[in-house]
Amino acid sequence: MTEFQRQTDIGPPHYERFLPPIVKKNYGAWDHHELLRPGVMVHVAASGDRLYTVRVGTPRLLAVTTIRQFADLADAYCDGYLRWTSRNNVEFLLTDPAKIDPLIRDVQALGYPVGGTGNQISSIVHTQGWVHCHSSASDASGVVKSVMDRLFPYFTGSKSLPSKLRVAYACCLNMCGAVHCSDIAILGVHTKAPVISHSDLPKMCEIPTLIASCPTGAIRPATVNGKPSVEIEAGQCMYCGNCYTVCPACRINNPESDGLSIWVGGKVSNARTTPQFSKLVVPFMPNNPPRWPEVVDAVERIVTIYAGNARKHERMGEWINRIGWPRFFKLTGFEFTKYHIDDFRHAGETYNRTAQLRHERGS
Amino acid sequence: MTKERKTPLLDELEQGPWPSFVTEIKKEADRPMAHDLLGILERSYADRVSHWKHGGLVGVMGYGGGVIGRYSDLPEEFPAVKEFHTFRVNQPSAWFYTSDALRTLCDIWEKHGSGLTNMHGSTGDIIFLGSSSAALEPCFAELSHHGWDLGGSGSNMRTPSCCVGPARCEWACYDTLAACYDITQAFQDELHRPFFPYKYKFKFAGCPNDCVASIARSDCSIIGTWRDDIQVDQAKVGEYARSGTDIQSEVCNLCPTRCMSWDGRELAIDNSNCVRCMHCINVLAKALKPGKQRGATILVGSKAPIIGGALLSSVLVPFLEMKPPYDDLKELTAAIWELWGEHGKNRERVGEFIQRVGLGNFLDGIGLDPVPEMVMHPRTNPYIFFEDELDDDAGNA
Ligand code: SF4
Ligand code: SF4
Ligand code: SF4
Ligand code: SF4
Repeated sequence: MTEFQRQTDIGPPHYERFLPPIVKKNYGAWDHHELLRPGVMVHVAASGDRLYTVRVGTPRLLAVTTIRQFADLADAYCDGYLRWTSRNNVEFLLTDPAKIDPLIRDVQALGYPVGGTGNQISSIVHTQGWVHCHSSASDASGVVKSVMDRLFPYFTGSKSLPSKLRVAYACCLNMCGAVHCSDIAILGVHTKAPVISHSDLPKMCEIPTLIASCPTGAIRPATVNGKPSVEIEAGQCMYCGNCYTVCPACRINNPESDGLSIWVGGKVSNARTTPQFSKLVVPFMPNNPPRWPEVVDAVERIVTIYAGNARKHERMGEWINRIGWPRFFKLTGFEFTKYHIDDFRHAGETYNRTAQLRHERGS
Repeated sequence: MTKERKTPLLDELEQGPWPSFVTEIKKEADRPMAHDLLGILERSYADRVSHWKHGGLVGVMGYGGGVIGRYSDLPEEFPAVKEFHTFRVNQPSAWFYTSDALRTLCDIWEKHGSGLTNMHGSTGDIIFLGSSSAALEPCFAELSHHGWDLGGSGSNMRTPSCCVGPARCEWACYDTLAACYDITQAFQDELHRPFFPYKYKFKFAGCPNDCVASIARSDCSIIGTWRDDIQVDQAKVGEYARSGTDIQSEVCNLCPTRCMSWDGRELAIDNSNCVRCMHCINVLAKALKPGKQRGATILVGSKAPIIGGALLSSVLVPFLEMKPPYDDLKELTAAIWELWGEHGKNRERVGEFIQRVGLGNFLDGIGLDPVPEMVMHPRTNPYIFFEDELDDDAGNA
């Protein structure tokens, strides 16, 4: 067996090794870019050089077989250079425009779509779900796949939008993907405190560690059937799953009470309006694998109504601010409930402290 | 070759136009790990719960992070994924690769693990999904032999990430790739050995469009901006107008401070009131450019909701020149880490720490003077806690 030279603290390889020559030459000297068609951009340098980018959607979970196929395509069309975006798209970087169509044909033949640029829906950033995380209230990849199947025309550009639309998914409140500033966020929610297996707990877990793991202090020592265990004050639990992380006998996952919520109107860009959090639209929808039809319908409804009503350049949240939340709920038909009213810290700041309201003429 | 599994629920997710993660897993299913992953995932789809659990720290020698331990709660039924740990491999700046580099990573991962990846994880790392405990050391040895290192996990500096910046974007106001690489290298110890109260993330965005969501997803958000005037090519503005862009309604009316005016011939900008939002530049990309005195705004404290609610980052340094060796940023970071490291509670992100002690006290602690850019407006409540020395100085200033 080969001996490998183990090294520590070397950090990532230097990025310059991976930059195409045209990028090295024009580094920091790009003049402008244009969208040539959905999924295809050209960046023009001050030198006049033109770099073509073909953006390809992926499921984020990729087999090494696929990565090798992408590598082969990069060799065939891009002198071996490619990159990924922050939203899990692959970008092929070309210097010869004649190679764009053959590349697109090959990449589509492999089953990966081209699109996601400009005012299109880009890939949904998402978390691990049932594929790999212990505290997930739902799967991530399956919900994302189901939603993207439905929103596909908005990715490829066959349907258009007033502005960018960023969809994000996280499978529990830990929000590995920090989805809370997205135009549409789908969020997995546990709605019940963990259930304790008192017979397993003493064998599997250290009680002091378990008690210390709870950020809200909801876990207390208790004696159950004469054995040391804990109890959880359900009213104090915020379903973070920390206790389950340290103690598998505190099971937070529950097929009936776990589900999904939908939030809208967040953004991170500073363009026009300041960055915003997403706000609650649907507090709970059941987990309905493998296709989550209720969630997919709800997301599509929001996208369609936004697409039909917002003005050019208006992001979801900017549109809602213009028309007001009452009309948003009316147009989309989602029910406004007590759960929509904030009751956490500083909740009062979200109460409507003005008489400026839009009214509708009585009949 | 392993026997094909029956996965009727997952098979549904191979239908439809969007590429399927199930298809990806099946591509590696002739090997036991992906084969059993299909099995346990199908079970989750039937049971509507996850079958993973945490439990037990795993890692490579000398590091306190970079590997996330994952075990299944059905070890007998799916033995190949009994242990299914995650490797976080530190990605290159802006996720550029060569085909050869990717093949090396594929070879290593196919040899030691499931052959399944996430490109990329939420923080930006290359994620190798599913390794046994025994494979961790040999896999790491081979990765590092080829020049790759692990990213962060746990209560440490997490793997920094950056936008494509000057490599392909005309709006980059500093070199995001270089800054990201430099900070990552400068803080290798902090990346690999957790000794913070909780995680600390850096994200480098080249301009206020913030394509890496730094303002929502990083404890330290470095967002490119400029101090002088927007560069305007009036002739090209005219071309936009002639080819159908309504400059008044699409540009001037959407400017947040209404600092632009258009008389049909010339676009005038009151740069003293421009808040560097990028809207006009985004719309008139060929005609307008950020100014020439470029740098970044440093904001701190964003995080997801748990525990005290979600936070966006807020301004700490309105403008910082981002020139190597980035001493100002490094000194600021060291001061923040020292204060938060000493006074932060366990699992308290720096944003929550600032909320608890107050931004004013935080500034005292790190030795920064307060400036009005840090707040949306001054306080509205009169509960000012005057410090003692004021008693002596009052009226003498
Ligand atoms: S969001 Fe929650 S459940 Fe999903 S991967 Fe992150 S910690 Fe796990
Ligand atoms: S889920 Fe979180 S808040 Fe609830 S009991 Fe467990 S640790 Fe505490
Ligand atoms: S954040 Fe700005 S500089 Fe960076 S890629 Fe996005 S638009 Fe370009
Ligand atoms: S960058 Fe934004 S604030 Fe500045 S002039 Fe343009 S639209 Fe107005």
